[in-house]
Amino acid sequence: MIQLGFPLLSVIVYLPLVGAAVVLALDGRNLAAVKATAFLFSSLTFLASLPLYFFFRVDTAAMQFVEKVPWIESLGINYQMGIDGISLWLVLLTTFLSTIAILSSWSAITTRVKGYYAVMLVLETGMIGVFVATDLFLFYVFWEAMLIPMYFLIGIWGGPSRIYAAVKFFLYTMAGGVLMLVGILALYFFNHAVTGLYTFDLLELRKLNLDFWAQLWLFLAFSVAFAIKVPMFPFHTWLPDAHVEAPTAGSVILAGVLLKMGTYGFVRFSLPLFPAAARELASIIAALAIIGIIYGALVSLIQEDVKKLVAYSSVSHLGFVMLGLFAFNSQGVQGGILQMINHGLSTGALFLIVGMLYERRHTRMIADFGGLWKVIPLFSITLLVVSLASIGLPGLNGFVGEFLILVGAFRHDWLWAAFGATGVILSAVYMLWMLQRMIFEELKNQQNQVLLDLSAREVLVLAPIIVLIFLIGVYPWPFLKPMEASTQALLAEVKSKGQVLVLDGMQAEGIPMARQDLYR
Amino acid sequence: MDFVVPTVDLGSIAPALLVLATALLVLVGELFTAPGRKGALAVLALLGVAGAMAKSFLLWGQSQAAFSGMVALDNYGLFFGLIFLIALGMTVLLSVRYLGQMDMDHGEYYVLLLLAVFGMMLMASGTDLIVIFLGLEILSLALYVLAGFARTDLGAQEAALKYFLLGAFSSGFLLYGAALTYAATGTTNLARIVSFLAQAGVAGNPLLWIAVGLLIVGFGFKVATVPFQMWVPDVYQGAPTPVTAFMSVGAKAAGFAGFLRVFLYAFPALSVDWTWLLAALAVLTMTLGNVVAIAQGDIKRMLAYSSIAHAGYLLVAMASNSQAGVSAVLFYMVAYAFTNLGAFAVVVYLARQGQEALELSDYAGLGSRAPLVALAMTIFMVSLAGVPPTAGFVAKFYLFGAAVEAGLVWLAVVSVLNSVISAYYYLRLIVIMYMREPVPEAAPASTAPLVSVSLAIAATATLLLGLFPSALLALAQSTVGAIFKI
Repeated sequence: MIQLGFPLLSVIVYLPLVGAAVVLALDGRNLAAVKATAFLFSSLTFLASLPLYFFFRVDTAAMQFVEKVPWIESLGINYQMGIDGISLWLVLLTTFLSTIAILSSWSAITTRVKGYYAVMLVLETGMIGVFVATDLFLFYVFWEAMLIPMYFLIGIWGGPSRIYAAVKFFLYTMAGGVLMLVGILALYFFNHAVTGLYTFDLLELRKLNLDFWAQLWLFLAFSVAFAIKVPMFPFHTWLPDAHVEAPTAGSVILAGVLLKMGTYGFVRFSLPLFPAAARELASIIAALAIIGIIYGALVSLIQEDVKKLVAYSSVSHLGFVMLGLFAFNSQGVQGGILQMINHGLSTGALFLIVGMLYERRHTRMIADFGGLWKVIPLFSITLLVVSLASIGLPGLNGFVGEFLILVGAFRHDWLWAAFGATGVILSAVYMLWMLQRMIFEELKNQQNQVLLDLSAREVLVLAPIIVLIFLIGVYPWPFLKPMEASTQALLAEVKSKGQVLVLDGMQAEGIPMARQDLYR
Repeated sequence: MDFVVPTVDLGSIAPALLVLATALLVLVGELFTAPGRKGALAVLALLGVAGAMAKSFLLWGQSQAAFSGMVALDNYGLFFGLIFLIALGMTVLLSVRYLGQMDMDHGEYYVLLLLAVFGMMLMASGTDLIVIFLGLEILSLALYVLAGFARTDLGAQEAALKYFLLGAFSSGFLLYGAALTYAATGTTNLARIVSFLAQAGVAGNPLLWIAVGLLIVGFGFKVATVPFQMWVPDVYQGAPTPVTAFMSVGAKAAGFAGFLRVFLYAFPALSVDWTWLLAALAVLTMTLGNVVAIAQGDIKRMLAYSSIAHAGYLLVAMASNSQAGVSAVLFYMVAYAFTNLGAFAVVVYLARQGQEALELSDYAGLGSRAPLVALAMTIFMVSLAGVPPTAGFVAKFYLFGAAVEAGLVWLAVVSVLNSVISAYYYLRLIVIMYMREPVPEAAPASTAPLVSVSLAIAATATLLLGLFPSALLALAQSTVGAIFKI
């Protein structure tokens, strides 16, 4: 456990919340001040999160920047935060995308502006909290609390059927969440039965070796929550509604960060806590992931609304992530984690671009466009690059992630890779076909003749993402390196604990000592 | 037969006596206040509340059986006493303007509230079935009158009559249960019931089971569990809104105070028989409450069904029959008290002269009309749904934890799924407040400083208990000694 003298993680978590309070205190009619304040706080948060990377120690799998304060002592609940190689990039992705999302809302949001930016900032606090909490209670608090701002974001500033989408999003996610709550409680009492210790500390609970059936039930309780969030087939039905109805920035955050909470949950909780169950169910989960990959791609193919197309493509992309994670080898897991970041960047950018187009034309139907290349070249090339990144063109970020995942999947079972690879092909089909219909072909629709190209602010919003897309594409090493130690430790834990099937009652032994020291 | 002069330990029921004394003072004071200026009596009532609270804190930690074992001074009773006093204080704050608006500003209103709390406190500290019954009757009689306090209103009359008839009926069940307990064990004193059952055992004593069944029916009526809940929606709807707020918290807490003490303390020998029964009642109660609440268009009826559902959650903790279960009930009660009183405070806040905002559609656009009130209501709804970071979440967390610990995982699963159902109707109010356009004629409500104060207290407490529940949890845990020998 590596501590810093200064509660950096707490600062990063609560800075946006402070920002929200400041925004609410401002005069709502002074739009410039509201926007500037929101942007200031989100970018300050991003800047504050950069030291996490620079001071991150790549040689250890232990939690870093740890903060631990007793919170509810009688129940053994700590205020406990920390990051490792798995969560580092997700925290940075969150602070990065939140800043971008806030900047992108400048002209799109015209009603209740003050409330909007306050909600965005509160949301940011919740999301970062989910990724840094290492106490299950604290994690759950952030996990659920974050639903409220997202609910408002979709429900107030969303599209025509926003209320339906918001309620559906909330109830779906909550239904999964409460089952996890029961799982957390059961785990807590199991742990007490074995160790005599009341704790929600993830690092302590990871030492527990439950019998197989307990693992199986708990795995299911946790994983339903995560699978809904990912979303895995067949729990994905909330996603198209929420993504399509949400305002652009909401979609960016949903796709870029919220979905990652599901996959992150699998890596952080389901795998190390219940490895035997995870191994036992890996093939089922992989099958669902593959169904998601192919199904998501096929549904994307027939969408007429480009925002829906991007939304369904997320189901497909997240299927890849899940496939990589459950391959249980370093390529698969690292590829999966990297792909979470990649998807956040490229799908986030796609939603931004779609949103920019919608602001200009107030339609998202693919059929309404065509030949945009000639009118708005800068816009078109951005869309082209981001789409290619999403397809996984070599040299762009998507390739690195998908390639690693497919290698990992192949090493586990060549069939997984074979099916997974069809998803890559299909993604090329729906993306390229969309590009063809939207930016190439003839300029049929006269209304498109007068479109304006990207403004300076829009370039500023998109440029950092494009830079990262290229950077990860050609030089992924700095991104992969920090996650190496953590993924190795995780895999060792999953494999070693997975082989000890203690079927008769709970026993505390069975975890190799060599790995235990990593988590102290 | 020797006649033993019972010891009189007035000190041990001092908080309750302070409340009673205040009630009498207010009754006298009523004579000297002009019509329309009864607000002064509210100040007197609040002073009584403050005094009783202070006295409760002074007595905290003491443990003593008084009046020959009829009443006990212990943390358990004091804790519940504080809940009643909080409910009373908040209700008084809500009432001052409301009574004027609805043209029923009479001094006896405060007297009845104080008397009801006196009965509740007696019930919570009673350790004899007779005292518990007396406490119940004192509080019930006061509430029957309060429910019909809007004398000219047909709905209020219906509420009062319905409440009175069904309440008297259920009191009969409770009394009959107590009588059969006496027949079976030869005593109505809880401690002596325990020692009798420890010696004689429960076998071959069929009266005991009937007694326990009747007691469950009696208490079930008071805390509104299915199938004894049918009076709740009509009474909650018809009663003046502050009284509804007071009943939904105070009467429920008092019911559970007696219920818990009688069953967990006196009848653990029969617990295998009543825990499954309570678990079944819990499932029925919360499911019916939540499902029917969805269909309600009137906010008081919605909150009525919601309060039925919450009684179901509390039964879950009771069914776990453990120390954690008892402290979970206590914590839950406090969280629920602030949250529910807060929700009713919003209803009262929006009331105008002779007219209340009772339809859900009256709340349309509240988010832009009165942002702070809407924010407070959002906090209350989120807390009732059990979503963090609110008191309702911690309460549910602790309560379901007790169920899981007791091995009732299935019951915990049913409960959490129920809280998802409940989220639907709690969220709907938020949808209406923020996502619907305001109705045009909605004029701003007149200023209500006292209601605002109670709103602020409730909202702050709901959030603070959600973020820093440690202290209250410790208090709740320190009460279980009254029921479990540690």
